[in-house]
Amino acid sequence: MKLFKIRGGVHPDDRKQLAAGQAIETLPMPALLHIPLQQHIGAPASPAVRRGQRVAKGDLIAQGQGMISAPVHAPTSGRIVGVGSYPAHHASGLSVPTVTLQPDGEDRWSDQIKGVADPFALDSDDIAARVGAAGIVGLGGATFPAAVKLNLRKKYKLHTLVINGAECEPYLTCDDRLMREQTDAVIDGIRIMAHALGVARIVIGIENNKPEAQAAMASAASVHPNIQIARLPTRYPMGSEKHLVQTLTGRETPARGLTADIGVVVHNPATAFAVHEALRFGYPLVSRVVTVSGGAISRPRNLRVPLGTRVQDLLDYCGGFREEPARLLSGGPMMGQPLPSTRVPMVKGSNGVLALTAAETNLREPMPCIRCGSCVQACPCGLVPLDLAAHTRTGELEGAVSRGLMDCIGCGSCAYVCPAHIPLVQFFNYAKGEMAARGRAKQKQAETKRLIEQRTARIEAIQRAKREAMAARKREADAKKKAAAELSTDKPTPLPTPASAVEAEA
Amino acid sequence: MSIETPAPNAGPFAHERVSISRTMGLVMLALLPATVFSLWQFGWPAIYLFLVTLVTVLLAEAACLRIAGKPIRPFLLDGSAVLTGWLLAMTLPPWAPWWTGVVGGLIAIIVAKQVFGGIGQNLFNPAMVARVALLISFPLELTRFVNPAPLFAAGSPDWLQGLAITFGGQSTDAYSGATLLGHVRTELAQGHVLSEILPGLYTPLTDAVGTFSGSLGEGSALLILLGGLFLIAKRVITWHIPLAMLGTLALIATLMHVIDPEHYTGPLYHLVSGATLLGAFFIATDLVTSPVSLRGQILFGAGCGLLVYVIRTWTGYPEGVAFAVLLMNACTPLIDHYVRPRVYGRNRKGSPIEYADELEVSR
Repeated sequence: MKLFKIRGGVHPDDRKQLAAGQAIETLPMPALLHIPLQQHIGAPASPAVRRGQRVAKGDLIAQGQGMISAPVHAPTSGRIVGVGSYPAHHASGLSVPTVTLQPDGEDRWSDQIKGVADPFALDSDDIAARVGAAGIVGLGGATFPAAVKLNLRKKYKLHTLVINGAECEPYLTCDDRLMREQTDAVIDGIRIMAHALGVARIVIGIENNKPEAQAAMASAASVHPNIQIARLPTRYPMGSEKHLVQTLTGRETPARGLTADIGVVVHNPATAFAVHEALRFGYPLVSRVVTVSGGAISRPRNLRVPLGTRVQDLLDYCGGFREEPARLLSGGPMMGQPLPSTRVPMVKGSNGVLALTAAETNLREPMPCIRCGSCVQACPCGLVPLDLAAHTRTGELEGAVSRGLMDCIGCGSCAYVCPAHIPLVQFFNYAKGEMAARGRAKQKQAETKRLIEQRTARIEAIQRAKREAMAARKREADAKKKAAAELSTDKPTPLPTPASAVEAEA
Repeated sequence: MSIETPAPNAGPFAHERVSISRTMGLVMLALLPATVFSLWQFGWPAIYLFLVTLVTVLLAEAACLRIAGKPIRPFLLDGSAVLTGWLLAMTLPPWAPWWTGVVGGLIAIIVAKQVFGGIGQNLFNPAMVARVALLISFPLELTRFVNPAPLFAAGSPDWLQGLAITFGGQSTDAYSGATLLGHVRTELAQGHVLSEILPGLYTPLTDAVGTFSGSLGEGSALLILLGGLFLIAKRVITWHIPLAMLGTLALIATLMHVIDPEHYTGPLYHLVSGATLLGAFFIATDLVTSPVSLRGQILFGAGCGLLVYVIRTWTGYPEGVAFAVLLMNACTPLIDHYVRPRVYGRNRKGSPIEYADELEVSR
């Protein structure tokens, strides 16, 4: 099919050969699972189990709350040994509400798990409800609740479902392996999602560095005339949803908008697989495929991991470190996050655990910007990163915003090519965070001002009322006094009438 | 075993194998063939002047870094100072006295670079600032050119005579010869026409090979071109500035030549003579002082080409690359302010794109 060009982008060494040849293995059940209650974008789930309670695999352990949220299920059967807090799978390492489960080794599914014989007989709302109840979120890393995205059809005129199999981050091969090994299941999930969205056209985009996945998906999709396979050029950030859609349709998503604005919804192949499992068998999302790779890993692997497994358990299974890693990351090297510790649990959004050597990270002391413009040419969003960084450095954040700071997708292409090794993304993250904080402060200030004004108005009203009451009383008193005075002048000092004068004289 | 990473920071955690010193090193590598050729052409005095200039810029850079309290090693090793000195030496008359290299080097590093804040901060190309300052202050020394006298050739100065020429102030009149641009200009001013001046004096080939009097960088046009193409292939520079500059220059020269062939030289003459190619590939493309966007670079290159022609043809100087580049350097902030890429998802005005044909999308 015809593809369109996108601007910018970089060609990092993809290093996928480390793990691409490794078939997905199921990680042995660890001794303990720490299952965070927030593994998605939106409101955290609220616990539905008590300490000491026995659960079966797939039982609900936390209920989604609010419009944008997702429930959490037990990844295996066992006993709840704690409902408390535990370090999060996040660079901060802060503790978050977490349910701790001790597996009983039986890995027994709940009796209530039931699939649907023909998902295509269900209506859209029913499918979305089942996807939502299965706790499925975007497994590409964004972790946006999938059901909410399936419901976009209510607000937008949709025509195409795009499956983002670009997997443009170096090292990661979990989507590649899933598309190769679970081809039919992935295609089934994709078709169910397209049915739920009510769109006829399906495009599956796969980068050219995954020829086996392209071939497998193409042959499985050949019986469905509405599915097209797009062989994408290998270029980062092809997997950026807006850039992928532009490559496929030639259209840019309007700024601050969604791809749904131009009629396209994008989902990940792993999400499609989860939808297949949820609809056909009733399985909620309790495990995911993770790539464990990097030069410091003894035996890189693709593992199917129960959610809540500690990073350390994955590393142990892969033979630990062959050398001390310079970086331990969650996700890919371009947009991944440093992991604060190997104790943290795996969550729905974690697609990779990378241990990179110093040679791989190629980290150097930053030098001054030499205005070479490499970042300008690399930016897929048409920004001038050196300019944004200069404005951020001088604290002139409004200037950075007016030059498109908020249009930055944080892909890191600019920092990747910078010969001065300036941490540009760090600058932008700081500026975005600072602007958000300022926005909150401003809102707080406005709110405070409003409350103060209300209070002042209230006090004034009370005082005015008091004054008025006093004035009224005074008027009344005055009036009384006046009346009394009038009366008394009438009485005590009556004008001498001739008669009285006569009387007085008398 | 569990590891604790230090303070969290943002990615990417992979990096292309690039650095400032690599960039500078590639530029020097690209300059090397032309430099070696020219040093051979002009012999020992040229070599001495080249070395004096390089030593001066290194000392000046180190002193400035020390005064500014910056780490000396990484900044001295980034190669930017050496490159500045190198380019400056390429623009001096090869047999100019040693102190032109010293004064030029000091001006380039101290006045044009470090006073602005060091690498990346200067508004003007340091080598060109130094050259223009020298040209205005010492017009005699800066315009006294010699005919090539290759190393070890009969009649060329040996290393001792070379020392005498560069450091001893020995007269070089026996070797002197005007540059092509200077000669043609003088002749034109005396009322001669090109059909009288050029025959026997100039063929594009001698200029392309570089066996004519001139500064080091005005030597071999072919080798300079080769170096420039190498830089484009290595993606240190893009084609936009050189092509826009050479294209504009050639276009105007062609136009004027067609209108009046007796008084205006043709495009090839302008392209291969003087410092046109050195300017187009190595000086106008200076990363720090040229615009960052590709469209801005085209504008910048075209401006350079236009100014080179104007200065060569209608002003008091026979060569105008240095002035042209400096004038366009002054425009760079303005160009960068107004010429920016269009932001993804927005139109040129900066508001979100709107599609009129919502139905057409769902084809």
